[in-house]
Amino acid sequence: MKSLDVDIAVIGAGSAGLGAAIEAKKQGMDVLILERNDELGGITLQCIHNGFGLKIFKEEITGPEYIQRFIDEVKELKIPYKLDTMVIEITEDKEIYAVNKKEGLLKIKAKAIILAMGCREKTRGAINIPGFRPAGVYTAGQAQRFVNIEGYLPGKTYVILGSGDIGMIMARRLTWLGCEVKAVVEIKSYVSGLIRNQVQCLEDYNIPLILNHTITKIHGKDRVEGITISSVDQNWDQIVGSDEYIECDSILLSVGLLPENELTTKAGAELSTNGGPVVDNYLETTIDGIFACGNVLQVHDLVDNVSAEAKRAGENAAIYIKERSNKEQIKKDLIKIVPGINVGYVKPDYVNFSNLENLLHFHLRVKEPDRDVIIVIKEVNKIVYQRVRSFVIPSEMIEIRTKFKSEVISPNCRELKIEVLPVSLLEVIDEVE
Amino acid sequence: MDYDVIIIGGGVTGCCIARTLSRYDLKICLLEKEADIASGTTKGNSGVVHAGYAADRKYKKREFCIRGNKLFDQAYKELNFPFKRIGTLVVALEERQIKDLVYKRNYGTEDGVPGLEIIIDKNRIKQIEPQLTDKAIAVLHAPSGGIISPYEFTFALAENANMNGVEFFREHEVIGINKIVAGFEVKTKPRKFTSRIVINAAGLYSAEISRMAGADTFEIYPRRGEYILFDKNSIHLNKVLFPMPTRLSKGILVSPTIHGHVFIGPNADNILDIEDVSTTIRGLKEILSGGLKLVPNLPLNAAIRNFAGLRAVSNTMDFIIEATEMVGFVNAAGILSPGLTAIFAIAEEVVRILVEDLGEELKEKENYNSYRPKPEHLSDFTKMKLNQKIKENPAWGRIICRCETIPEAEIVNAIHSPVGATTVDGIKFRCRAGMGRCQGGFCKPRVMEILSRELNIPYKEVTKRGKGSHYLINNVLCIELTEDKKESKGVTEK
Amino acid sequence: MSESSKEDKMSEDKKVIRCTVCPTGCEITVENVDGEVKIRGFGCKRGEEYAKEEFSAPQRIITATMRVENGFLPIIPVRTENPIPKESVFDIIREISSIKVKAPIKVGDILIKNIHDLGINVIASRDMPIKT
Repeated sequence: MKSLDVDIAVIGAGSAGLGAAIEAKKQGMDVLILERNDELGGITLQCIHNGFGLKIFKEEITGPEYIQRFIDEVKELKIPYKLDTMVIEITEDKEIYAVNKKEGLLKIKAKAIILAMGCREKTRGAINIPGFRPAGVYTAGQAQRFVNIEGYLPGKTYVILGSGDIGMIMARRLTWLGCEVKAVVEIKSYVSGLIRNQVQCLEDYNIPLILNHTITKIHGKDRVEGITISSVDQNWDQIVGSDEYIECDSILLSVGLLPENELTTKAGAELSTNGGPVVDNYLETTIDGIFACGNVLQVHDLVDNVSAEAKRAGENAAIYIKERSNKEQIKKDLIKIVPGINVGYVKPDYVNFSNLENLLHFHLRVKEPDRDVIIVIKEVNKIVYQRVRSFVIPSEMIEIRTKFKSEVISPNCRELKIEVLPVSLLEVIDEVE
Repeated sequence: MDYDVIIIGGGVTGCCIARTLSRYDLKICLLEKEADIASGTTKGNSGVVHAGYAADRKYKKREFCIRGNKLFDQAYKELNFPFKRIGTLVVALEERQIKDLVYKRNYGTEDGVPGLEIIIDKNRIKQIEPQLTDKAIAVLHAPSGGIISPYEFTFALAENANMNGVEFFREHEVIGINKIVAGFEVKTKPRKFTSRIVINAAGLYSAEISRMAGADTFEIYPRRGEYILFDKNSIHLNKVLFPMPTRLSKGILVSPTIHGHVFIGPNADNILDIEDVSTTIRGLKEILSGGLKLVPNLPLNAAIRNFAGLRAVSNTMDFIIEATEMVGFVNAAGILSPGLTAIFAIAEEVVRILVEDLGEELKEKENYNSYRPKPEHLSDFTKMKLNQKIKENPAWGRIICRCETIPEAEIVNAIHSPVGATTVDGIKFRCRAGMGRCQGGFCKPRVMEILSRELNIPYKEVTKRGKGSHYLINNVLCIELTEDKKESKGVTEK
Repeated sequence: MSESSKEDKMSEDKKVIRCTVCPTGCEITVENVDGEVKIRGFGCKRGEEYAKEEFSAPQRIITATMRVENGFLPIIPVRTENPIPKESVFDIIREISSIKVKAPIKVGDILIKNIHDLGINVIASRDMPIKT
């Protein structure tokens, strides 16, 4: 069995993996990238639409162009990578077992590991759509791969379930290719994806967006022939008698993404409610020296944000190796970050007490859309941070960057709660206090 | 005559009869209408090998089940299919149900079901199955009950039959049967076959086939059962859990699969359409509520698939295994639960009919080989073995299905094994690529690419399960362009 | 069944535009009153400009794929270098789809020059090495 020793092993060569590897390499680390696909770039390669790069490159480019810049940099920096290589096991001692055709089984001993495997799409089974099980039901990303990488059309007439971004973008792409998108059906009362995509992908082409509805039956024994949609009540239960049949030969599912946690779990890292690993402000998981970034940690809406997070992971992994000895000390005082009112989840899950005065990044998503809110961080009932926002929606990740002055948070603080409250409610609290 | 025996139907019944008869000096073929064997009632099955206490004594299925259960040990040694005797529990939630458990135990024991035991000690119940509801007041434990992968079992039977000379014709739907001198002419869409003997193992279509041959008339009614499968590692069960049975069925069970998932189902819905394997909102709700009664901690957010299967229920409510007045035409029909368990006993009965009723003099073949080697699985390898296998054949080093860790080599083997896979579903059911939590989201295009290469068919001709189930319609150009020019032989064609 | 994406059936002199500049999604009304464009409902300067352009001459970047000969992949993603008028979207796509290019290609390479005489090029969105 071939054995290798590296400082940092990066698993996944998508936008997260490449970004983390580049940063770690710049910090002087000996880095190795492991990628299961036959080329570098990950899923961004199939996102051929534009809208990428505004934050990182200050210009609007397509997914492939965006990732090409990272690929070029990896090559310039001569960062070694292995393609067609699947990691099958990670141990708590940071030994990675991977396989590929040329080298067989590889054992890679790393001082630190960065998990950057991205996410996967929720499937039909995950949301329990009833009916037949014919060919012609695809996740939006799978259809995107067929159309944008392999050059094949899965069908001619489509219904898209879920108003996620990939689904709406595929609606436009398929329309441009002469296919008919009969409808985008969304169970919620609002669009899951960005408004920009709603306008430019659906409204531009008069594709009906049907809210408060879901697919209640898939028809067709061999290949999809149509669907029944029904309206739903507040509990997402089907309203009897509201059925409507739509003829189509394909169904795309754009019903959500989940962090790819297969390897994260195998490594023994603890998972949090969003499906990604529990991390501290260094993006380090509960396993010493194993870091996570990008969609494997939390599903982002912009690749630019993935790159920013990846950069931090690369930097922190390098710091971890360089200053290993101090680490134990720091780890002892962890403050738990708890999602409160209207907060779905928040990352990181912990902050080291000794880092409170450093610049901290918090990412969170709200559970429900709201207007005129205030985002607060509380230690018990004391507000230690607040920011007003005119509009929040689950599809848009909220980023908070802040430092805490040492006197603001008490030395024995063990928990900080993040909440997104209507401004009016806060005024009431003020009065009480 | 082309053949001595034609078997119609490639489900577990047809394949087990084929394998059993392949021991003898007979020229046999099996005709299956679908693109693959194990595509009908066999596929949508609970995969439970029953202990045998359940059916009423008035039915022959009871005796066949008890006998069939015992025959699994030898078959397991010979055929290497996934099978474990993990034991089953019938769960009483009310005092009055205990009486029923006692009947089951007493009659079962009398009829030769081994090890039946009623357990009322709550601590012991909890120890045997920690996931079981606290409301359980007694359970009937049957240690000889087990779990099996019904389709992998059927593939094993078919492979072994094929190794011993049985010819398999898939996508050969029987459309007519004529009595000819000393035998039958069986018409399928692609060609005609002739044989001395015809065995009808056509499952849901067996009544139709029997009528086609002018033999006995009986009726087959489809009874649908819906299932929900949960992600691996989301919950673990030690035992197969049955509620107290209803008049229609054994009730909604909660069971582990042989590959470590947990499923709930089936309900029992008498329907009209013999092909209606659709799931329904009502049905899924019904099995959820049934499942939760036994296991309150079902991981509802970890469902990965729902599906439905059909049982072929005859008007006799029992197996129909008999020679007919159309001499040489034998029915093996109405094989509903516990048909899977009874399958070797059913095949034995067919042999008896051939010998005693039809006067066949069955001679054992000299070169009969009852052993079917276990397919090689990466999951069974040590690290050193895996490394060595990749050196021998690099296809072991390319992982295609990430959820189940299935390498290219297993997929290629599934295609080239006897009666091998020709479709994406064929791969999925033989080697589990696409069976995991992402349900083929990642591996489907790669599986399609391998099928296209190994079977030498165009990429877009690869199907889910044969005719009409294509995944792709065309190359990406504008639709108008592809339709105008009709060339579509561009470089995008793989 | 509620269709929230119905085209505004207003005259060409008046249009309600949903702003896509930020997630707030302001509804901006643009009106042509005797040759003078009046805009209301915007939340910021960028929104005002966006609405003005959407009203007078909506433009879009087009992204598509072209067939590749001898490439690592059978198709390559491409885009128009600059936005093109919204009404020519389908003509442009049809032209892009009908042409085949040869690998190797570098990101940014011009694959179609001055498409439809719009003065805009179609460029490669990624490298496309040759098939090995």
